[in-house]
Amino acid sequence: MISRLIDRHQRWIFPLPAVIFIVLMMIFPLGYTLWNSFSGWSLTAGRPNTFIGPVNYIDIMQDGRFWNAVWNTFYFTALAMALELVLGVAIALLLDAKDYRGKRIVTSILLLPMMATPVAVAMVWLLMFEPTAGVINFVLDELSLPEPLWIAGSATVIPSLALVDIWEWTPLITLIVLAGLTGLPSEPFEAARVDGASYWQTLWRVTLPMLLPTISVAGLLRFIDCIKTFDIIYGMTGGGPGFSSETLNIYTYNQAFYYFNFGYASALLVIFFTIVTGVSLLVAYTRRQLEV
Amino acid sequence: MAAQSTTSPRRTRPHRTRRVLGNLLYALVLLLVLFFLLTPFLWMVLNAFKSPLQIIKLPPELIFEPTLRNFQNVFGTQNFGRYIMNSVIIGAGCTLVGLLIGLPAAYSIARYRQNRLAIVILMARMVPGITFLVPLFIIFRRLELIDTYTSLILAHMLVGLPFIVWVMVPFFESIPRELTEAAVVDGASSVRAFVSVVLPLSGPGIVTASILSFVFSWNNFMFSIVLASSRTRTVPVAIYNFISYAQIDWGGLMAAAVVITLPVLVLAIITQRYVIRGLTAGAIKG
Repeated sequence: MISRLIDRHQRWIFPLPAVIFIVLMMIFPLGYTLWNSFSGWSLTAGRPNTFIGPVNYIDIMQDGRFWNAVWNTFYFTALAMALELVLGVAIALLLDAKDYRGKRIVTSILLLPMMATPVAVAMVWLLMFEPTAGVINFVLDELSLPEPLWIAGSATVIPSLALVDIWEWTPLITLIVLAGLTGLPSEPFEAARVDGASYWQTLWRVTLPMLLPTISVAGLLRFIDCIKTFDIIYGMTGGGPGFSSETLNIYTYNQAFYYFNFGYASALLVIFFTIVTGVSLLVAYTRRQLEV
Repeated sequence: MAAQSTTSPRRTRPHRTRRVLGNLLYALVLLLVLFFLLTPFLWMVLNAFKSPLQIIKLPPELIFEPTLRNFQNVFGTQNFGRYIMNSVIIGAGCTLVGLLIGLPAAYSIARYRQNRLAIVILMARMVPGITFLVPLFIIFRRLELIDTYTSLILAHMLVGLPFIVWVMVPFFESIPRELTEAAVVDGASSVRAFVSVVLPLSGPGIVTASILSFVFSWNNFMFSIVLASSRTRTVPVAIYNFISYAQIDWGGLMAAAVVITLPVLVLAIITQRYVIRGLTAGAIKG
């Protein structure tokens, strides 16, 4: 009897548990956040969960720490993403250019940074970045190069964090591009060879244009992850020194779980969510235009 | 071909030196990339076996008398065994429940082209986790579920479920529909056909999905630091707590980092082929 019912309505019953999970764990919390964003709820200020209208949003627009966080978020994202894309594609082309023994081992090594626990990785970089006892400044000193403060300096903290992100995630771009390269048809390359094109000509005129869709998806994936980077930033600086590495994610986290301003944090979440979704859609749309 | 071979004797020598030089340069750049990727791991392992004095010593010693005291600290005074068990329970729980609800959903998406459902599930991957974390914290607090395995498993499923669906949809799409239809004609129910025909053919896909779901739960920091406390603390939170003391115990920190990352890395290397496919599948499919 029940089995009959499932047979007839398979297309609704099979995904049902997942749909219930989505409604309870994603859609309801998002709606609840939207509702809370219009409330003055704060545990530290002792304000109850009452409707106060768009006050939080007006306050946010005048909140210097918010605009600082917006700037930090985009600075970090742009820096990390751009270098990851350039290096990732370059390394993929490098690995693809020649055949040699031990290629599998190289692929294994590529996997390590992104599978390693980010917080653990953050701790290792913390030790290496240490301005006086750290190995990086020791090497720079030996080479008589300037020794930056890395994450301890307000000007160098974001590039330093971006370096960790680049170390961690460039291999993903490489793996995606390598997979994309094996999927390319061979005819255009043969045609280029017959026409006597050099390696660089083939690269610029044939390989890269054909890889563009793959590269742009990889870029979109990295954008989505960079903009919400939490583990390495919170683990290494907590947003400091001062607020100089406080991104939107960290600022919202602090508002919610350090100051317990649930209303204000919810309004920040709505804005954060809108930015991420907006830019993602924009990138996806541009990509579709590029492909046509 | 013939034309080439007539010119080749004259050009052999400069050609060969150029090729050797090219190969050398190639090897050099490759080694540089590998060096950059491996140094942090090398540093982690080296310092895990050093005493506090050896760690701050400059120039750093590459050859030294190793000590096991850091590891004894991690498992003795820091009680890491307990945190590892918590992480395993939560990772396994979120993966098992994720498979239970994710597999039929992915099958349905593949079979009936329910693209809208697929997009909503992938949203969980796209939307910043903190968007869910703040309201979930408030809800779980009211339900008195903070610091329980239930709340952590549910929250970690937000990370694991998208991976499971993401990996399984293209997999199910590649299984010929005739197979299940034949089973149904033979009198099997749709559930029966799914469990005994489709799933046995999906072994590699399920392995990939499970590994990714488990590893990303094991690595998860943000959900755990908010939702877990003394009873359910996971390893990433435990290692973070190391640096909240006034004096950082670098040796202990590095030993803890080795203990956390080693199992994940071993797992990743053993199942490399599947993991790469899982990580890149969404991107290649577009």
